[in-house]
Amino acid sequence: MSVIDVRKAITRAHREEWARVVAALTRHFGDLDIAEEATAEAFATAVERWPADGVPANPGAWLTITANRKAIDRIRRENKRGAKQKEAQLLYDDAPPEPLGAIHDERLRLIFTCCHPALAMETRVALTLRMVAGPTVPEIARAFLVQESAMGQRITRAKAKIKAARIPYRVPPAEDLPDRVSGVLAVLYLVFNEGYLATGPGTDPVRHDLTAEAIRLTRLIRALLPADGEAAGLLALMLFIEARRTARVSGSGELVALVEQDRGAWDTALIAEGHRLVRERLAAGVAPGRYQILAAINAVHTSARDVRDTDWSQVVALYDQLVRLDPSPIVALNRAIAVAELDGPEVALAAVDRLQDKLAGYHAYHATRAYLLRRLGYSQKSRAAYDKAIDLAGNTAEIAYLTRRRDQLG
Amino acid sequence: MQYLVSVIADTTDFATPDEEAAIDVFNDRLQAEGHWVFAVGLGAPSTATVIDNRGPEPLFTDGPYVESKEFLIGFWIIEAPDLDVALKLAAEGSKACNRKVEVRPFL
Repeated sequence: MSVIDVRKAITRAHREEWARVVAALTRHFGDLDIAEEATAEAFATAVERWPADGVPANPGAWLTITANRKAIDRIRRENKRGAKQKEAQLLYDDAPPEPLGAIHDERLRLIFTCCHPALAMETRVALTLRMVAGPTVPEIARAFLVQESAMGQRITRAKAKIKAARIPYRVPPAEDLPDRVSGVLAVLYLVFNEGYLATGPGTDPVRHDLTAEAIRLTRLIRALLPADGEAAGLLALMLFIEARRTARVSGSGELVALVEQDRGAWDTALIAEGHRLVRERLAAGVAPGRYQILAAINAVHTSARDVRDTDWSQVVALYDQLVRLDPSPIVALNRAIAVAELDGPEVALAAVDRLQDKLAGYHAYHATRAYLLRRLGYSQKSRAAYDKAIDLAGNTAEIAYLTRRRDQLG
Repeated sequence: MQYLVSVIADTTDFATPDEEAAIDVFNDRLQAEGHWVFAVGLGAPSTATVIDNRGPEPLFTDGPYVESKEFLIGFWIIEAPDLDVALKLAAEGSKACNRKVEVRPFL
């Protein structure tokens, strides 16, 4: 087996087994910290040994056994074995998995613990990325330099709180499940959005590692909870957005608006999968939640081979439905953008201007105004709005796009 | 596992009769379901005295150790198997006494 094959095998094992091994060890040892460290050590050992010894027949089993040994070594080293195990039994529920149909996946417990409502939203995102997605193989090989970072400290504090306050390691009971699942989906959507519109001058405009990870985790939730409409909706939404990834940023690193994208560059397989999910939800005949409506809006966009074929009345109707569920100003802003295509920029601008009090600090509010003012021929006002949008935007590709648009004004 | 459920207030007003009644119902439930350890209301922060006896002589200072807009006005100590149970009980306690509460685990 070549070096490249071994490297691929390690990467695949990491993708498929990381969360499973962390979850199994957490259950066994009752300690997220021990589980994470031992799992990382097991992968570091694989990086060291597999090139010489060959890839084991069952990489998952090899990694679990190795990680178990590492965990026991650590507990022995700390010479607190008895205390730790006693604590573990007290802390963690050893009952068989809750009756939730066919769900029997340790990873689900892990996700629910990382996305616990007693943790701050940013902490949930950081913890989910670390414990469920795992650090990358190169990060593991570099022995966790991230530990020193602000994110590392946030994770350390979170693990301490989980332990001290006894945040349970279990799938919530059925009556709490809908709320808790929506909390998990919110975390995954945040991870995806940070990848899709990455902020900061030093980062790539699109962080594919984050969008891919968010999709992978949402697929996992979807597989674990196949009857959950919002899990299906969120997955479909992410697939539609991911399908447009290469068309969304130009060769010169500039954001390309949806209406200007080369639709031939969209990923048809992802779009087809998204459409299948949307059809499945329509067939279910249950009132859709927020993600399902957003997915349906994206399904309308991706159904149009040419932007001129877009069914804008359908898009506006779906936004009307969304406004009833989520009367936030950001939804109203997005609705206004669709209204501009259906009823013209004047009507849309009036709707956008009503949002000023709530959205004056949001770059997309000013970018939308700039676009509508430009279409109405108010160059000077449009320029001022572009200036504000550029000041507030954090994504490099978006700043490049807005700057060109502004400079094109007569 | 025991948790301290602190009741946070921004006025020293006493509980209204409705709040009192709701707190009684909640306390009865805590006792019936085995969560009850202890509960008490506290005097206003202005009735507090801070004592520091780390030096040669005890030092008494009038007033709370920190002045703040919001302060502790009472607490429950509850018994719960994990934070999920503690949070649910605390949420009911907050509704019953009509004030914010904070949950902290015992060490």
